[in-house]
Amino acid sequence: MSEKSDLNRRHFLTVATSVTGAVGVGFVAVPFVASWLPSARARALGAPVEVDISKLDDGAMVRVQWRGRPVWVVRRTQVMLDRMENSGIELRDPDSLESIQPNFALNDFRSLKPKILVVLGVCTHLGCSPTARFDVAPADLGPDWVGGFFCPCHGSKFDLSGRVYPAMPAPTNLTIPPYRFVGDNLIIIGEETGVAA
Amino acid sequence: MSASIKDRPADTGARDGKLSQLVDWIDARFPMTKMMQEHMTEYYAAKNFNWLYVFGVLAMFVLALQIVTGIFLTMNYKPSAAEAFASVEYIMRDVEWGWLIRYMHSTGASAFFIVIYLHMFRAMMYGSYKKPRELLWLIGMVIYVALMAEGFFGYLLPWGQMSYWGAQVIVSLFGAIPYIGEGMAEWMRGDYFISDITLNRFFALHVAAVPLALIALVVMHILALHETGSLNPDGIEIKERKDSNGIPLDGINFHPYYTVKDLVAIVIFLILFSGVIFFAPEMGGYFLEHANFEPANILQTPEHIQPVWYFTPFYAILRAVPSKLGGVLLMGGAIVVLFLLPWLDRCKVKSIRYRGWTYKVALTTFVVSFIALGYLGMKPAAEPYTTLSRIFTALYFAFFLFMPIYTSREKTKPVPERVVYHG
Repeated sequence: MSEKSDLNRRHFLTVATSVTGAVGVGFVAVPFVASWLPSARARALGAPVEVDISKLDDGAMVRVQWRGRPVWVVRRTQVMLDRMENSGIELRDPDSLESIQPNFALNDFRSLKPKILVVLGVCTHLGCSPTARFDVAPADLGPDWVGGFFCPCHGSKFDLSGRVYPAMPAPTNLTIPPYRFVGDNLIIIGEETGVAA
Repeated sequence: MSASIKDRPADTGARDGKLSQLVDWIDARFPMTKMMQEHMTEYYAAKNFNWLYVFGVLAMFVLALQIVTGIFLTMNYKPSAAEAFASVEYIMRDVEWGWLIRYMHSTGASAFFIVIYLHMFRAMMYGSYKKPRELLWLIGMVIYVALMAEGFFGYLLPWGQMSYWGAQVIVSLFGAIPYIGEGMAEWMRGDYFISDITLNRFFALHVAAVPLALIALVVMHILALHETGSLNPDGIEIKERKDSNGIPLDGINFHPYYTVKDLVAIVIFLILFSGVIFFAPEMGGYFLEHANFEPANILQTPEHIQPVWYFTPFYAILRAVPSKLGGVLLMGGAIVVLFLLPWLDRCKVKSIRYRGWTYKVALTTFVVSFIALGYLGMKPAAEPYTTLSRIFTALYFAFFLFMPIYTSREKTKPVPERVVYHG
């Protein structure tokens, strides 16, 4: 054996050992990081839900829970739809091109059936649940208000199709969840077939 | 009894001898005396500390208080969505002295931030973050961020309305990150919404992970401080002038001089602390928010949502920007700029006593902006609060962004060679 240390060899072995150890730590980290993902039970509880709207009046709204979040089902009247179309408000994303919805909802009223709105009641800003304000020109929202949704947390305003007004904290329109009709009055939220019943 | 006391003087010598033998025995196996000397009896701090120098020790005191009260709270608290709210009510009503332990913990959280904000303000006044104390400041900033995480995780545990929706808002902040944001928020929640799963993991983080990190960071902070030595209101390095024994001329032993002084501070702190606990534990809704006396309702956001007071300055900055990603970035930026302070400040003079009027004006503007933002963060998202938030956000950032310019041209006063007393 030589008296002198082979420093190159020592350096190589140090680096090789460190890299091997680091790779090992990386692999062991996977189960710990992955344990934070939604568990099998959480995924099962996130299954689709059924809503019966046969008793929903004109102009009324029902809240249901899907994946722990509020989903609103609103039976809009023709008056409400007309008011919305003629309001003249310039929306930030009127055609919902930057917003999240199933493809079937890419239409004027963001719905399968024009009068039935199904929308996730979660503000796209920071996840508060906006308030339904279907009254016209109330004192607190001003004379231009034609009905819609108002988020009390940070003041975002949405129209009756969940489309956001311009210059609001919310960046996009309210999200439309996947849903489908089974018959006239039964909606399944969380599942879509893409076919209007 | 008195007879036995009289008997004692005879064997005191032997007892001392035995005690010093024990100390010697330990010192040969563990550096007890050495550590005591290095960090207490022979750690020299400047003799001219004023009252602003008590907040470091107070912060450690509050940390200990939070750990002890926290451990006792976990003995009755249940970290599950079905039981959490009721278990807090149980602690408040049925557990012997439970109300006191819980109020100590909830008031302690606010006290912690008051103490830390004053501690940071002291550093900004006297230049305690400047070379060679940059790492000391950085470790301190990491402690501050860890403390915010600790406060945030802990606030979900009572599972009240504000707990729930506060967590909802903060976790959603991560959703603003492009592409990976939504997935990251889901990963943090462990569910599609803030649920039992989220509560359970926040509990683990609040009682185990973050406190362990905090304790380690505090040890590092103190080690870094004792390496460079404490600064003083004159911003003079006392190590530059030593006597023949190598002891700083302006230094005095931390123990007993400052331990005694700090004890006075702890007594005054405890008087004020007890006053809050016994007479105003909710502090008019600032320490414990009224909406949190209602159990979490996952379908109904409270009318007016606001974080606890110590987060409101950053919350006001978040809301001042009419863009989600922009607001999140600016809010993060407000904390990042604090980290950069040692390198933004170009002035060679440390203490505000000898600095020019520009820094005095700038620091005052900063403090006013921070307090104003704190107030505005509690107000609804409406005018004139939004405009005011924007003005004060601009001033907050101006303090940091223009700092390299106004501090490099600063007209300073001559710094004395030795520390001076004022009054």
